[in-house]
Amino acid sequence: MSDQVTASTPPPPAVTDAERDELRRQGILLTSLQELYTWGNSHSVWPLNFGLACCAIEMIAASMARFDIARFGSEVFRPSPRQADLLIVSGTVTKKMAPQVIRLWNQMPEPKYCIAMGACAISGGPFKQGYNVLKGIDRFIPVDIYIPGCPPRPEALLHGLLELQKKIQGFKISGPDAPRHLRADLKCDCPVPEFGEHDLEPPANPEVWTAPTLVRSEKA
Amino acid sequence: MSVSDLSSLGSPGGSHVRAVHDEFHGDLLEVSMGPHHPSTHGVFRMIVTLDGETIVKLKPVFGYLHRNHEKLGENTSYLGSMPYTDRLDYLSSMTNNWAYALAVEKLAGQPVPERAEYVRVILAELTRLLNHTCLAGFLMQDCGCSGTPLMYAFREREKILDLFESLSGSRMMCNYQRFGGCRVDPSADWLDGAKKLTDGYGAFLDEFETLLTGNEIIMARTQGVGRLSPALAISAGVTGPMLRATGVNYDLRKVDGYGVYPRFDFRVPLGDHGDVYDRYMIRVLEMRESIKILSQALAGIPAGPIMDPKAKLRGFRPKAGEAYGRIEGPKGEIGFFLISDGSPNPYRYRIRPPSFINLTILEDMCLGQTVADAVIILGSVDIVLGEVDR
Repeated sequence: MSDQVTASTPPPPAVTDAERDELRRQGILLTSLQELYTWGNSHSVWPLNFGLACCAIEMIAASMARFDIARFGSEVFRPSPRQADLLIVSGTVTKKMAPQVIRLWNQMPEPKYCIAMGACAISGGPFKQGYNVLKGIDRFIPVDIYIPGCPPRPEALLHGLLELQKKIQGFKISGPDAPRHLRADLKCDCPVPEFGEHDLEPPANPEVWTAPTLVRSEKA
Repeated sequence: MSVSDLSSLGSPGGSHVRAVHDEFHGDLLEVSMGPHHPSTHGVFRMIVTLDGETIVKLKPVFGYLHRNHEKLGENTSYLGSMPYTDRLDYLSSMTNNWAYALAVEKLAGQPVPERAEYVRVILAELTRLLNHTCLAGFLMQDCGCSGTPLMYAFREREKILDLFESLSGSRMMCNYQRFGGCRVDPSADWLDGAKKLTDGYGAFLDEFETLLTGNEIIMARTQGVGRLSPALAISAGVTGPMLRATGVNYDLRKVDGYGVYPRFDFRVPLGDHGDVYDRYMIRVLEMRESIKILSQALAGIPAGPIMDPKAKLRGFRPKAGEAYGRIEGPKGEIGFFLISDGSPNPYRYRIRPPSFINLTILEDMCLGQTVADAVIILGSVDIVLGEVDR
């Protein structure tokens, strides 16, 4: 058992770690509901079968025999957003495509996660100067994991997936630190932008993204 | 409302299924397939009007991956556009590199050493193997053989990508060709590896064909579907395996004889019917011809420099003029048209994307077919959206 999980979910004070281990050897598993929930959640992340550009080919390669994403429980690529847990934004999001991506995100049921795969999905990448390219999908939807690369290797995607699993295992299932889908006061939907006259309207979702402020050094 | 009025009923981003009343034909159904659809090979959208299950109208919608490629090319130096060409047809970056390098070499009058020409041929034919293998896998995925052929195809693709990676440093985006040669000289080990792969590829194709070519289900599913006549193919500007599947003998490797292709002995496979099955078969036969070219090129590669020593990469300013460089890519004629005004950037940078032009006759092939056939017809066209939308 990793240190992180033990730290986040302390066992009842009467039972020490050594005793838990001893009980486990006897065939008795002591665990918390939170641990069980995040364990199951993190090992059955089903991605959406959704490719945008070049990175999608590496995403397919990750699901094939050599890299075999099935080892991590994510081989079930679902064509419908209603059955998927993970949106892998694999490629350049253009301004024409952005409303559809966000609509797909809204159609996915909670709990849902988003991986921005590749330079284009993170920031626009090599096409950033273009007039039709969205400068990062995190302007509109909350992104959990960023995977840099152009395109990232399949191993990088697997690493991103493992990082996502770690993140899920750190979730609390109650209290103010609980993730979005377990809290009534947080919204799960993102507003879908319109394709306006010059740009997307609105150009970003202020709830998930604010323009970085320019910090000047004090030197005059 | 008649069938011809249906173009006014486009549903941009709106509802996905809409019934259309027609007093003569009963109810027509308009279905929007894409831009997120497992069969569309990317972000392509077809607005299909159905009479029952039969397609009476098909309207393709492009532009979901328009990445301003040509505009960026006009604002970047000549060499700076080379990595962008990788991202056009991202399954076959080496041939894109070659077509662009050829156009710039024509513009600048830059000769290429013989060894580099051989290396280019080897890489282009490896790319053809890679592209056609993946296409066959994806096409079978569209037919409904979920998984297995694609797994085999990607197993072979990884072997070719390993070669590309050890040569250029990148699996997919190789950025390998330069004006006047290639970036690195392939070592003897690398050439040995390529030879080993070439020798083993025939056995893989035998295995693949045992699985697919004579398969009764695949023949029933693909023969006679999506027929294309040679006259229509020529008038629409279709090139590549799509054109040769209709029986037109047109291969730029023979017609132009660019590079060192005239030195190699290979044949151009031609189809009979121009249906989906022929397009699949043409690709398998082309792969067998590619293996022949590869073994000849690997046996005959000369020693010598890989780059022309006089080639200028930094501060490259070709004289004012224009040039069009084209090669036979795996998908058809890929060409780059450049106008130079003597500055470091091209004045005009235009790409002739083969899969975009092959896609223009999608409606003609799909009319009268069922909606399930539209999926495999699109699969057999072999589109890559990075190239279609640019």
